[in-house]
Amino acid sequence: MSVKVKEYRGTYYSRKDLEEGRVMAFKDRPEARYAWATGVAMGRFLAELKQGRIVGRKCRVCGRVLVPPRMFCEMCFRPTDEWVYVSDTGTVLTYSVSYLGPAAERLKEPIIIAVIQLDGASPGIGILHKLGEVKPEEVKVGMRVKAVWKPPEEREGAITDILYFRPVEEG
Amino acid sequence: MMASIKRKVAVIGAGITLFRRRLKETGRELSFYATKMALEQAGITLDDVDAVVCGTAPDAFDGVHMKGEYLADGMGGHRRPFVRVYVGGGTGVFTPIAAWWHVASGHFDIVLAVAEEKMSSCFPHPQKAFTTIFDPIYTRPLGANLVWIFALEMQRYMHVHGVKKEQIATIAVKNKRNALDHPCAQLPAKITVKDVLESEVMVWPVQRLDISPPSDGAAAVVMAAEHVAKQLTDDPVWMEGVGWCLDSTYWTNRDLYYPKYVEYAARMAYKMAGIKNPPKEIDVAEPYDPFDYKEAHHAEGLMLARKGEYLKDVKDEDDIFAKYGRDGDLPICPSGGLLGVGNPIAAAGMMKVCEIFWQLRKEAGKRQVKNDPRTGVAQAWGDLMQVGTVMVMRV
Repeated sequence: MSVKVKEYRGTYYSRKDLEEGRVMAFKDRPEARYAWATGVAMGRFLAELKQGRIVGRKCRVCGRVLVPPRMFCEMCFRPTDEWVYVSDTGTVLTYSVSYLGPAAERLKEPIIIAVIQLDGASPGIGILHKLGEVKPEEVKVGMRVKAVWKPPEEREGAITDILYFRPVEEG
Repeated sequence: MMASIKRKVAVIGAGITLFRRRLKETGRELSFYATKMALEQAGITLDDVDAVVCGTAPDAFDGVHMKGEYLADGMGGHRRPFVRVYVGGGTGVFTPIAAWWHVASGHFDIVLAVAEEKMSSCFPHPQKAFTTIFDPIYTRPLGANLVWIFALEMQRYMHVHGVKKEQIATIAVKNKRNALDHPCAQLPAKITVKDVLESEVMVWPVQRLDISPPSDGAAAVVMAAEHVAKQLTDDPVWMEGVGWCLDSTYWTNRDLYYPKYVEYAARMAYKMAGIKNPPKEIDVAEPYDPFDYKEAHHAEGLMLARKGEYLKDVKDEDDIFAKYGRDGDLPICPSGGLLGVGNPIAAAGMMKVCEIFWQLRKEAGKRQVKNDPRTGVAQAWGDLMQVGTVMVMRV
């Protein structure tokens, strides 16, 4: 806003104005469907999940183990070199407790999500997943967790083949 | 690389519409109002404009592909060189950066930079369209919501530095209160830290009053080469530094506590502007604040405070106004920011550029900062926690 300007344009309307027809609106739902080829790296990653394993790719130049895997290293800008299995145990790097679903709808029961660094992945290389069998107030950064898998016959080669990660006690 | 840039570029006019949750005007109409105001403030007409740069965020909000072309008429782009730039939430500051190189290159003398966003068309809530920015194979099946990534980043920031939610909430208090003096503001309010901490939990640690709203709105600036700017105005505001940087969409593969890419963008802009000690040499700043913690995160990326120290010694409302209020040590977000003025994505970043322009011109009225500002910085941020865009302006 400048002191030299006296009027700013724009006409507000409420959601109720829309729902009760006081605003002219034209409604449409565009139809757009997709079938994404998973690609080389993610294809192998998903196939391994179906077998109950988590696989990454290693770049021998920077030494990083990348999870999820990629066929090229974005830092060295060269092909990655080998497939490396990582553990289904890891450490919580950060977490949050979501009361919102994908369309910003309220969830009755919140879900806990976390960035988890799996054992065998390089420091700071985390994956996104959910936490379970734990109360929100009990979750801590640095907590040790382990994957809880779907039964083998129910797996379909998707990130959801891991149901969630649960806390583990380590002595 | 920067030694070869010879032409100085000035901002000579700015325009803006109201920011609201829903506006009856179309994106084209809003763009027209903002553009027309910017031209009038610059004292020129569209005939004087050589080219137009458009900034607008995801097509999915409007449900119209090639949204730049769709908006072109309202932005003065008809039968002119016209281009749309898009770097997510960073678009609002990137749009005048792109317009800057149009002029600095010597190819054009007067260029319009216009940013528009109309998030209300996507209903009941634009969040659903937002989820399509996530990786379709890995992330979307987990039911991801965009607020997740902010909550995860905020938690990491708080954990690494030991910053408390009570401290972060003071930023929401400051910006919403500052917005009381912005005639375009959507959510100006006099609230307290207690109000923020007792507001509805969205995605912990993010609560309702930690977040900026979805908005409709548009903003524009006119930029001109030095020889033209000096003919047209006695008060040009020079664009002395520009910087931008993009990190990977693999956002879980970096430590979220610090936006390194914002620092790289800031370093580029500061080097160009000859700024060596940002907190001493910058008089007013508009870091991107879609969430309250983001102001701290970005002020640190802009090197206005050391890592983790933006809120050092800030315990309550009085402390934040003493440090970062309009008459504080270093005024931050005097406009009211996205938290107070609103967040029509691309237009919100442009609003920050407009604010620095008005502050440096001493046209900000009740919002005018008290330290006789000579140098200001505007910054935007976006995509999957990965882009920083920075602009330094001087009088």
